[in-house]
Amino acid sequence: MSSELIHRLHFAFTITFHYLFPQLTMGLGLLIVILKSVALKTGGEEWDRAARFWGRIFAINFVFGVVTGIPMEFEFGTNWARFSALSGGVIGQPLAMEGVFSFFLESAFLGLFLYGEKRISKLMHWFSAVMVFVGSWISGYFIIVTDAWMQHPVAFDRLPNGQFEVLSFWHLLLNPWALLQYAHNMTGAVVTGSFVMAAVGAFYLLEKRREQYGRIFLKVGVIVGVIASILIIFPTGDMHGKYVAHNQPAAMAGMEGLFRTETGAGIVLIGQPNEVTGQIDNPIVVNDMLSLLIYGTTKAEVKGLDQFPQDQWPTALPLLFYAYHIMAGLGTWFVLLMSVSAFLLWRGQLYKAQWVLWALLLSFPLPYIANTAGWMTAELGRQPWLIYGLMRTSDGYSNTVSAGNGLFTLLGFMGLYALLGLLFTVLIYREIEHGPEPKVVEAIPAD
Amino acid sequence: MGFIWFWLVAVMIVGYVVLDGFDLGVGVLHLFLTRTEAERKATLASIGPVWDGNEVWLLAGGGTLYFAFPLLYASAFSGFYLPLMIVLWLLILRGISLELRNHIEVGVWRSLLDGVFGFASTLLIIFFGAALANVIRGVPLQPDGYFFLPLWTNWLPGPHPGILDWYTVIGGLVALAALTMHGALWLTIKTSSQLGGRAHRIVAPLWILVSALTVVSLIATIIVRPETLNNYFNYPFTFVIPVGVVASLVGVLFLNSKEQPLKAFLCSCLYLFFMLAGACWGLYPTLLPATTGAANDITLTRAISGPHTLAVGLVWWIFGMAMAVGYVVFVYTKFRGKVDLMPGRH
Repeated sequence: MSSELIHRLHFAFTITFHYLFPQLTMGLGLLIVILKSVALKTGGEEWDRAARFWGRIFAINFVFGVVTGIPMEFEFGTNWARFSALSGGVIGQPLAMEGVFSFFLESAFLGLFLYGEKRISKLMHWFSAVMVFVGSWISGYFIIVTDAWMQHPVAFDRLPNGQFEVLSFWHLLLNPWALLQYAHNMTGAVVTGSFVMAAVGAFYLLEKRREQYGRIFLKVGVIVGVIASILIIFPTGDMHGKYVAHNQPAAMAGMEGLFRTETGAGIVLIGQPNEVTGQIDNPIVVNDMLSLLIYGTTKAEVKGLDQFPQDQWPTALPLLFYAYHIMAGLGTWFVLLMSVSAFLLWRGQLYKAQWVLWALLLSFPLPYIANTAGWMTAELGRQPWLIYGLMRTSDGYSNTVSAGNGLFTLLGFMGLYALLGLLFTVLIYREIEHGPEPKVVEAIPAD
Repeated sequence: MGFIWFWLVAVMIVGYVVLDGFDLGVGVLHLFLTRTEAERKATLASIGPVWDGNEVWLLAGGGTLYFAFPLLYASAFSGFYLPLMIVLWLLILRGISLELRNHIEVGVWRSLLDGVFGFASTLLIIFFGAALANVIRGVPLQPDGYFFLPLWTNWLPGPHPGILDWYTVIGGLVALAALTMHGALWLTIKTSSQLGGRAHRIVAPLWILVSALTVVSLIATIIVRPETLNNYFNYPFTFVIPVGVVASLVGVLFLNSKEQPLKAFLCSCLYLFFMLAGACWGLYPTLLPATTGAANDITLTRAISGPHTLAVGLVWWIFGMAMAVGYVVFVYTKFRGKVDLMPGRH
C-alpha cells in the first residue's frame, strides 16, 4: 500500500466519522431554538421540557463532535505536511478563525445552556440557545471556506518560496464557491436534524407513550423537514451543481458518468460506470435532461471526460458516480416523504397514519448517508487535485511519515471509533427511552 | 511582525496550559483524593462547564501556529506524528469518559470511566511536558525542514534522539507535578468540606516535588542545550523571568498556608506563565532547533508566513481574541462559587 493511499484513507475515514456529529449539532441547534422560542412565547412547560430533552441529546452529540474534530485540525499537519507548509498562510486562517470566533462562543454558551438554566433568566436561557446555534453555524462556515478555497482557490498570491498567501480577507471569506456550498451544506444539516426529531416523534406515537411530546417532535420535524428537503434541491443544490459544472467540468462529467461529450446529454438515473469500455452499463437514462439542468436548454453541449487528459480525470471515478447518485436519489426520497407527511399534518391525520410514521422512523439514517455521499462527491470530484488546478494530492501528503506508521494510527482510529460509535448509540437510545419527563432533581438552593 | 506572532502564539500556549492545566490536574487527583460518589461528582462538576472551553485554546493556538508559521506546523506535526496521534486518542478517551459519566448510573462502568479519565489525564500531561522538552532539546531536522522521530531510541538526548529520553522524561514529570498542584489549588477553591480540605493539604507536599523538579529541569536544560542561556546573558534584565518563577512558587506555598486559595491559584498560573515564557525566551528566535547542526534550525524568519497573511491575520485575531477573553471571563463569573453547594445539573 502506498503512503499516499494510507494518508488519504486516514483523512477520509476520520472526517467521515467526525461529520456524523456536527451535522446533527448544526441541525438540532436550529430546532432547539425553535422549541425554546415557542416555550418562551407561550410559556408552555412541555416545550421547555422538549427543549431540555433535545439539549441532552445535543450535549452528547456535541462532545462526540468535539473529540472527533480535534484530530482533523492536527491531521493537516501530521498527514498533509507538504500541503500545509505551502498553503497554511491561507487555509490556516479560516481554521484558526473557527477556534477564535466560534468555539469560544459555542463552548461558553453551551455550558450556560446545559448547566445554568436555574441561575439565569428565561430570556437569557433562550439567548444562550441562540448563541449555541449561531456558534455552530459560524463554525460550519469557516470549515466550508477552507474547503472552498481548495475547490476554487481565490484571493491568493505565491511567494518566491512557493507558499500561498492571502491577498484579501473578504475575498477569501466571500468565495462564491463557499457561499453556495454553505447554503447547500447547512440545509443538509437541517434535513438531518429534522429527520432525527421526526423519527423520535414517530417512535413515541407508534409506541403510544409520551404522545404529547411525540406530536411536538413530529410537528416541528416535519414542518422544518419539508422546507429543508425542498431547499436542498432547489435552489441550493441546483445552483451549486451549475457552479461545479462551470468550474470543475471534469468533476461534473465524472459525477454524471458522461464519458463522451454530447449535445442534448441525457441524465443517467441508475447504471454502473465501466472505465474499460468508457460507457455506463445497464443505464436508465432520461434524454436531454442533463443539458437542460445545467444550461436550461435541451440542446446544450455538455463536456464529457473525453475532453480531458486522463491524468486529470477524478481518480476514483465509479465511487464519485455512486456517491453523487446516492445523494441525489435520497434527496428525492426526502422531498416525497416530507411532502406527504406535511400534507397529512395539515389535514390533521399524520399522528394516526401508521405507515407514514413507520417510514419517518426508518428514514432517520438516510440523511446521514446523503450528507456523507454529498461530501464524497465534492472531495472525490476535486481529485486528482488537492488545490484545484494548482497542487496535486500526490504532492501534498507527509512523505516523511511512512505507510507503516500511517496504517498503525489509521487502525488505531478505526478501533477507537468503533467503540465510540457503539457508546454513542447506547447513550442516545437511553435518552430516548428515558424521554423528556424531568429527571429526579438533586437540587440544593443556590447561593 | 515575526516577533509579535511568536509571542501571540506563546500567549495562546500559556492560555491553554493555565486553563486546561487545572482540569488535567483535577483528572490526575480525581481518583486519589475522593472518598465518596458525591465527592467524585463534585470534583467533576468543578470542571464540567469549562473543560471543553479550555480545550479550545489548544485548537485556536494550533490554528494560529498553522497560519503564522506554516513550515513549523507542517514539520513539527509530521515529525512528532506518533506522539501526537497518541495525544489525540487520549484527548478523545478523556472527553468521552468525562461526558459519559454524567449519563451512566451503573457503579462498575463509573469506576471504569473514572479510571480512564485519570489515566488519560496523567498521560496527557506527561506527553505535553515531554513535547515541550523535545522542542527545547531539538530534533534531527533535515535540510528540507522535515524530520521523523521514533518514540524512543537509546533514551539519550544525542544527535539521534527519540521522543522519550532522560531529558524529555524530566520535562514530563515537571509538568505532571506542576499541573497536579495546579489542579489541587483549583479544587481547594471550588469544593468545600472534607474534599476541599484534602486538596488544600496535598498542596504542600506537591509543592516540594514541583520545586525540586523545577531545579532539576533547569540544570538539565543547561546541560542539554547551553545555548538556552544566550538570550539571558545578552539581555540581563530578562533574568526577571527565573526570579518570577521562584517568586510565584513561594507565593503558592505562602498563600495556600494563609488559606487564600484563589490567590495561591493565581500564583500557580504565574508560575506556569514564567516557566513557559522562560522556555520561549531561551529558544527565541529559533522555533525548532536541529540536533543536526544550527544550519538546519527552523527559525522565525524561515517559518514565518507572507506579510499579507500576517497583516490580515492580526486584524481579526485581536478582535476575535478580545471577544474570546470576554466569554471566558463571563463563564467563569457565572460559575463561580463552591460546586458542592450548587444545584445539580437538571
